Amino acid sequence: MESRIRVLVAKPGLDGHDRGAKVIARALRDAGMEVIYTGLRQTPEMIVSAALQEDVQVIGLSILSGAHKAIVPRVLELLRERGMQDVLVVVGGTIPDTDAAELKATGVAAVFQPGASLDGIVEFIRGAVSAAR
Amino acid sequence: MIPTTPKPHTTLSGIPVEPFYTPADVPEPSLPNPGVFPYTRGIHRDMYRGKLWTMRQFAGFATPEETNARYRYLLSQGQSGLSVAFDLPTLMGYDADSNAALGEVGKCGVSVSSLEDMEILFDGIPLDAVTVSMTINSPAPVIWAMYLAVGEKQGVPFSKLGGTLQNDILKEYIAQKEYIFPPRPSMRLVTDVIEYATAHTARFNPVSISGYHIREAGSTAVQELAFTLYDGIEYVKWALERGLAVDSFAPRLSFFFNAHNDFFEEIAKYRAARKIWAETMRDRFGAVAERSLKLRFHSQTAGCSLTWQQPYNNVVRTTLQALAAVLGGTQSLHTNSLDEAYALPSEDAVTLALRTQQIIAHESNVTATADPLGGSWFIERLTSDMERGARRYIERIDAMGGMIPAIERGFPQSEIADASYRYQRAIDERDQIIVGVNAFQAEHDDAPELLEIDERPAREQAAKLERLRARRNAAAVESSLADLRRAASGTDNTMPYILEAVRAYATLGEICDALRDVFGTYQESSVI
Repeated sequence: MESRIRVLVAKPGLDGHDRGAKVIARALRDAGMEVIYTGLRQTPEMIVSAALQEDVQVIGLSILSGAHKAIVPRVLELLRERGMQDVLVVVGGTIPDTDAAELKATGVAAVFQPGASLDGIVEFIRGAVSAAR
Repeated sequence: MIPTTPKPHTTLSGIPVEPFYTPADVPEPSLPNPGVFPYTRGIHRDMYRGKLWTMRQFAGFATPEETNARYRYLLSQGQSGLSVAFDLPTLMGYDADSNAALGEVGKCGVSVSSLEDMEILFDGIPLDAVTVSMTINSPAPVIWAMYLAVGEKQGVPFSKLGGTLQNDILKEYIAQKEYIFPPRPSMRLVTDVIEYATAHTARFNPVSISGYHIREAGSTAVQELAFTLYDGIEYVKWALERGLAVDSFAPRLSFFFNAHNDFFEEIAKYRAARKIWAETMRDRFGAVAERSLKLRFHSQTAGCSLTWQQPYNNVVRTTLQALAAVLGGTQSLHTNSLDEAYALPSEDAVTLALRTQQIIAHESNVTATADPLGGSWFIERLTSDMERGARRYIERIDAMGGMIPAIERGFPQSEIADASYRYQRAIDERDQIIVGVNAFQAEHDDAPELLEIDERPAREQAAKLERLRARRNAAAVESSLADLRRAASGTDNTMPYILEAVRAYATLGEICDALRDVFGTYQESSVI
C-alpha cells in the first residue's frame, strides 16, 4: 500500500485571513492525506524548516494579501538551497493571471485562484505526487 | 445538470423555510412601532425620512499622499463620510521599513507609520466637517491618538471630532486574526480608549463591534449575530469594571454587520440584533438612557460573496445585499466594488459602487417608510428564529465564563470553521449554486482593469521615515516611550501617554514595541 500523502498547509506573511487555508486543510485531510497546518504569520524560513522536519511531499501556501510576488520566490529559493526541489509547491489565493503564470514559470506546480473546487485541488495533488513517485 | 428548484429549503444559516407563512407562524402579532423599545423595527420613527444612511466607502492604498487624493475625489462625488483602510504592517503595529513589512506596504490599505503620515492623509480635509471611520484594532489607541493630534493641528477640539474607531479586538481572536497582544492586556487597551472617549470625545464611537469579519471568516448569520452581540456584552462588562456608569459610555457603542446573499435572513438578522441588544442593555446592565438601548450599525456588503468569475455579476450581488441592509435599517453602508475579488478597487469600480447606493437612496423610494417588511409573517418568524438561535449561543458562552474563556478554548473559532467547511462543500457539491462559479460558467473570465500596487510605496514610506527619524527630537521620543512603558506596567489609562509619544513623532512601530515589551505577544493554537 502506498503511504499517505503528507502536506504542509502554510499561511505566510502578515495576513490573518485563514478561512481558505483551513477549508483546504480539512478537505485534504478528509481525502485521506496527512495535513500539517502551520498557523499564521510564517516566514519563508519557518515554512521550509517545517517542511523539512515534517518530511512533506507538498507545500500549500495560502496568500490573499498581494504579497505573493515577494514571498513565493523566497520559499522556492530556500527549497533549492536545501536540496528540497522534489517538494511540490502549490499556491492558493487572490493571484492575478499574469502573476500566476510567472509563479508557474519559476517552479510553482499549480496556482488555485478563487472559485477553485476542493475536489479539483485534491485530484491535482494526488496526480502530481503519484507522477513524482 | 443545474437543479431548477433550489434545495434544500433553508436559509443560508440552515433555518428551515416553509412554502408559505400564516399569522399562526408569528410569535408576537403586534410589535411596537419603529423608534419604540425594543427597536426591532428600527431606532427612529421617521427612519430615512429624517436622515439617509451615511454612504461611507472604505478606502486606502499605497501612500498617504495617494489615499488623500482618493478621499478628496470620493468627497467630491457626494460621499458623506470617510473610512480608512490601513495596510497589514499598520494593522499589525509595524513601521513601513520593518523587516516584517516585506512585500506588504500599501498593498491592502494605506501605510501609516507616524503622525506625519496621518497629517498627509487628512491634508485639506476639515476634520470638523466630515466624520471618519478607522478600521484599526490592535494598534487602535495609537492610530486614534494620531488622528486626535491631527485634529489639534487643524485647530479642531477633541469634542468636535466625530467618527468611529473599530477597536474591536475580540473579533480579531475569533475571526480576522490581526492581534498583537494577549487578550487581557488588549481588553485593557480597548477599555482605556472607551474611558478616554467618554471623558474627551463626545462625538466619537470608541468601538465598532464587528460581525462583518466573523461572517467573512465563514460563520452563519446566526453565529455572526451571536458572537458580535456577545463581544458587545464583554466590552460593557469591562467598562463597568473600570467604574464607568453604563449610560455614560453605552450610547457611543456602535456595531458593524455583514450584508450577505440571503436577502430575508439578513433583514431578520438586523431586526433581531436591535431587539436582543436593547433587552440586554436594559435587563442585564440596567441601562436607562434611550441611546444606550438603541443598536446603531454600519453595514458592508459581503466581500466573500464576490466572485472572480464574471466580475460584473458582483454589481448585482452587491445591489441586493445593499438593499437588504437598507431594508434592515442600517445607519451607514459600504458597497463593495465589482473588482474586489481580485484586488483593491479601481476608481471607476468604486464610483459604480457608490452610485449603487445613490440609486437605492434616491430612485427606488424604499426610503419612504420605516421597516417596510415589518408585519410580514415570514420576516417576523425569521426574526424570532434568528433571535432564538443567537440567545442559545449567548447562554453557552455565558456558561463558559464569557468570551475570553470561550476564545481560549477555541469555541467560536471551531464553530466558524465547521460552518465555512460546510458552505464550501455545499458549493463543491452544487447544493449551493454560485452563478458563474459552479453553474452558468463562461468560456473566458476577463479580469477588469485592476489597481496595481508595486514596491514604490514601500520605498517612499521608508525614505520618509528615515528623514523623520533624523529630524525629530530623539530625547523627547525616548522619554515619552519610557513614560508609556511605565504607565502600561501600572493601571493608569494609557491614552494620554500614547498621545504624548505620538506628538513627539514616535512611530507606530516604536509605540507598539514599547507595549510589546510590557504585554508580550499572542500566538493562537490553530483550530482546523
